[in-house]
Amino acid sequence: MIVCIMKRDWTGPHAAAQHGRMPHDHHDHPHALLPPDPALRVKALETILTQKGLIDPAALEEIIDTYQNKIGPQNGARVVARAWSDPEFRAALLADADPVLADLGYYGRQGEHMVVVENTPQQHNMVVCTLCSCYPWPLLGIPPGWYKSDAYRARAVREPRKVLAEFGVTLPPEAAVRVWDSTAEVRYLVLPMRPEGTGGMSEEELAALVTRDSMIGTGLAKVPS
Amino acid sequence: MTRVHDMGGRFGDGPVMPEAEDAPVFAEDWHARALAVTLACGALGQWNIDTSRHARERLSPKDYTRFSYYEKWISALADLLVEKGVLTREDLQGQGAAGLHALAERALRADAVAGALAKGGPATREGGPKPRFTPGQAVRARIPADNALVDGGHTRLPQYAVGAQGYILRLHGTHVLPDSSAHGLGEAPEPLYAVRFHASTLWAHAEHPEDEVVLDLWQSYLEPL
Repeated sequence: MIVCIMKRDWTGPHAAAQHGRMPHDHHDHPHALLPPDPALRVKALETILTQKGLIDPAALEEIIDTYQNKIGPQNGARVVARAWSDPEFRAALLADADPVLADLGYYGRQGEHMVVVENTPQQHNMVVCTLCSCYPWPLLGIPPGWYKSDAYRARAVREPRKVLAEFGVTLPPEAAVRVWDSTAEVRYLVLPMRPEGTGGMSEEELAALVTRDSMIGTGLAKVPS
Repeated sequence: MTRVHDMGGRFGDGPVMPEAEDAPVFAEDWHARALAVTLACGALGQWNIDTSRHARERLSPKDYTRFSYYEKWISALADLLVEKGVLTREDLQGQGAAGLHALAERALRADAVAGALAKGGPATREGGPKPRFTPGQAVRARIPADNALVDGGHTRLPQYAVGAQGYILRLHGTHVLPDSSAHGLGEAPEPLYAVRFHASTLWAHAEHPEDEVVLDLWQSYLEPL
């Protein structure tokens, strides 16, 4: 390990050459100076940054609490239930989602530019980020592991129907699939179809039928039992 | 040439493994800490979102492939902290200078977290070139996919769309260009479009003749047909 560090020290002639061109690829891997175990790697970096006053442990707790307990798919589910119940709201949401969502307080990091896409019997929408893990945080929270997996990122654009089958979803042949690859700062939310047999249900009852996966497009809304 | 993160359409990744809707937001405690430390360090203002994405993409292909999701985050963060001069290699080895860092006064405090997350970081800008394309217009994604400004630099044009013919679906407005912004070359805002491609244009064995993939692409990624 020590030999490795010495050989790759940035003061060495080889590394200096690497640093002399754009962009700086990480041939000298500063991260390799931290412990290899990922949990220890985080802990080590957190300790160093805290000692230098660059991060505030209380702020970390606040960030974690926000995404663990406050912001999650329940937000998106409320929006979908309202859209199912209120045609004017639905029309405004589909036409220009940002002001509508801002009114509800669902604006923020990773949801600055929202587009809501509507599922119909003729078109099923599905969202992916093939290049990283872009996801509408204010409406759905932090993405699930599968959304960030190589398998989903690689396959959703090429064989969405096979991926859907792995989620237990089979579409009728008359439904076209439109896959949205989130390559910019625009974030997409799928408005799933309202299930049969939900006439007269309140927004709260409807929201309970809206799953996270149905708003990503890898699932359908639940049918009331 | 592409980097390892650009995996849309890749073969060989196996099935997607769906998770229960009520699975924990963070599978491990250190995942939550990795996210929180990364967001808190972003608040120091030493880089933008495009720089941090590029830092993950610049992990060596071997590391990118073997690292789990949050391992990529924390490793790229350590690299970026050293590259931007916030930390030294000695710091990472626990042998750095003691005492508060010059940037400590910019550290994100707990009472500022909610405001910072709610404020977000919009990518839209005034000005920039006028839109060159209109909805419905046929365009071609430029060849090659490489960053035109920086050799090996960051870009959001996935390899799988290169050279393919698509159709402008909508104009999103004028957005910061990641190819420039990631490298400290300015925001260079450009019109950003949703562009739809027939799956049969992208893949030799598309699953269904009506399926489509939509990508968000900047004006300079597109050529008129």
